[in-house]
Amino acid sequence: MLERAHILVCGGTGCTSGNSNKIYSEFQTRLKEQGLESEVKLIMTGCFGLCARGPIVVVYPEGTFYQHVKVEDVNEIVCEHILKGRPVERLLHSEKEEDGSLKAINETAFYKRQKRVVLRNCGIINPESIDEYLAYDGYKAYEKVVTQMTPQGVIDEIKKSGLRGRGGGGFSTGMKWQFAHDSVSDIKYVVCNADEGDPGAFMDRSLLEGDPHAVIEAMMIAGYAIGAKQGYIYVRAEYPIAVQRLEIAIGQAREYGILGKNIMGLGHDFDIELRLGAGAFVCGEETALLNSTEGKRGEPRQRPPFPAVKGLFEKPTLINNVETYGNITQIILNGADWFASMGTEKSKGTKVFALGGKINNTGLVEIPMGTTLRTIIEEIGGGIPNGKKFKAAQTGGPSGGCIPAELIDTKIDYDNLIAIGSMMGSGGLIVMDEDNCMVDIAKFFLEFTVDESCGKCTPCRIGNKRLYEMLDSVTKGTATMEDLDKMEQLCYYIKENSLCGLGQTAPNPVLSTLKYFRDEYVEHVKNKRCPAGVCKALVSFKIDPALCIGCTKCKRNCPVNAISGEIKQPHVIDASKCIKCGACLQGCPKNAIVR
Amino acid sequence: MKTLAELQAIRDRMKSQMASRGTDADDIRIVVGMATCGIAAGARPVLNAIVEEVENRKLTNVKVTQTGCIGMCKLEPLVDVIMPGSEKVTYVHVTPEKARRIIASHVVNGNVVTEYTVDGEKA
Repeated sequence: MLERAHILVCGGTGCTSGNSNKIYSEFQTRLKEQGLESEVKLIMTGCFGLCARGPIVVVYPEGTFYQHVKVEDVNEIVCEHILKGRPVERLLHSEKEEDGSLKAINETAFYKRQKRVVLRNCGIINPESIDEYLAYDGYKAYEKVVTQMTPQGVIDEIKKSGLRGRGGGGFSTGMKWQFAHDSVSDIKYVVCNADEGDPGAFMDRSLLEGDPHAVIEAMMIAGYAIGAKQGYIYVRAEYPIAVQRLEIAIGQAREYGILGKNIMGLGHDFDIELRLGAGAFVCGEETALLNSTEGKRGEPRQRPPFPAVKGLFEKPTLINNVETYGNITQIILNGADWFASMGTEKSKGTKVFALGGKINNTGLVEIPMGTTLRTIIEEIGGGIPNGKKFKAAQTGGPSGGCIPAELIDTKIDYDNLIAIGSMMGSGGLIVMDEDNCMVDIAKFFLEFTVDESCGKCTPCRIGNKRLYEMLDSVTKGTATMEDLDKMEQLCYYIKENSLCGLGQTAPNPVLSTLKYFRDEYVEHVKNKRCPAGVCKALVSFKIDPALCIGCTKCKRNCPVNAISGEIKQPHVIDASKCIKCGACLQGCPKNAIVR
Repeated sequence: MKTLAELQAIRDRMKSQMASRGTDADDIRIVVGMATCGIAAGARPVLNAIVEEVENRKLTNVKVTQTGCIGMCKLEPLVDVIMPGSEKVTYVHVTPEKARRIIASHVVNGNVVTEYTVDGEKA
């Protein structure tokens, strides 16, 4: 029988860590208890995007959007909403219209400005059911290219769409396909780069978890276009849910004869295997990824020859990022002109961003290229928590740079971001407020790349280490003004001489913070002061005797007994004992503690 | 191996099953009163009959939802039919048989079954 209601429980990594598996099984139990299991369909979907409000449950046909759902809430949803048709108001993600009625979910601030092309099925279909993917025109794009288009025709369509690589570099996808197509060889490969390693980025993971068949279908189309019969998806082992759903999806596709020999009876062969990465950041670099896929050490290769000429097992290889593949079926089905109608002159389509840091609506957003940073932060992101001031946004992770507050009206696309010294990167977007020290941020990212450098080339292995030491001395107040200039020189040296993308972009966070927040560096060096109060070596806590009322709260809060004083008498901090944890600061009712 | 026709059959079958996900302003809405009063008066078999009928007739543009008590408990089971662009029609004392006729006559062919409405019952 047709189910009259569908309950969708988010099964993305964010909501899963919020116990959505238990919520799912609780729904099963409660629905059974009420004798509703044949009337109501319960499924687990991919990410809805609004991770900050997870775990999320959506009930159709009304499209009711529940947030922060707990296992204890399930019975109420079943008994009230499913049985009696009364939505549980206290759990609604609600924004009201002027007349007081509830806004439709697509009209709320978080979703209104988004355009979901890549994430179209995430949070709508059950990613573990190939039938549900088929219902939303699944594998129709593949059918179309094989029955109606020539390989060159497919490539021309992708070229015409203006799609550029979503992994970070922004190279024309159509050109990449053309090069792989033009290389003459008996064997070619299609590879999907799902080794998403940037701190704070989870776009690819969410797509694989929410709509794995879309990536498989796109790889099949790529295989047809360049003349390859074998595909590999290189995905990190730290994404267990994504790996599991990919395995299920590949299994189902083989069962349906969608992967394998003579697909759909159309005479084309293609199959896909998974390769699990062990979590090295450098393996996201395409040549290192190819080495790792072959079972070798994950170190980059010299380019040229490019992978399109000599890639996996020395054969011509097409390698694209997960999100790039996510666009392909839609371009084939809706046409290149439709795709090119979105975005800016040189950056077409949409981009998925993982929004994190000091922002209210942490989560996954997909916006048309050319949307301003202000729209993302103030409207979709819901602004900065606790009324703090926006200071900068970091894009591109450890390879990118900072966009300062004065450039908040920058339209986000590949070229604009490069022009202001950052880069699109894979799509991590970390928001920072006035409490973040920019030197500390640069140090954080550089520490990451120093850790992840494979060590094959000297500029990256040693240069970044020395750069890190200089940054460290800035945060400790032991650097000189000459050191700042030396740092800048070293940055350019590393960029120009490193072997692969990791080294070539590693100094970017330092360079861009030096460019936009040089005054903060100078403050650390000259006045031995950290304006944001983050760098511990430069912070000292004092109690203003004029403000202190001697309530003893700070004394009780201090974990190392560094504060002394009698009741109703001004207290004193012993600097030699103080560990600068800031516990006293948070408790003080009179704001008498200064740093 | 699934042929192209078999894949298309799966698409069609799943499409009608998944029609309730996603909301479209042009959809016809059938709302069944499912508060305690409605359930006690027999709203559940009515709801099931409606869902069954919608499926059998492949009415993918029809959304069946439920609502709470609207205050006319003695007239339950109540069923609202909301066609886009026209006034809501409320049927009272609905049974599974009446529900099937409402779908055939009103939802499919656009003819309101006047004798099942509040005014119709009085007359």
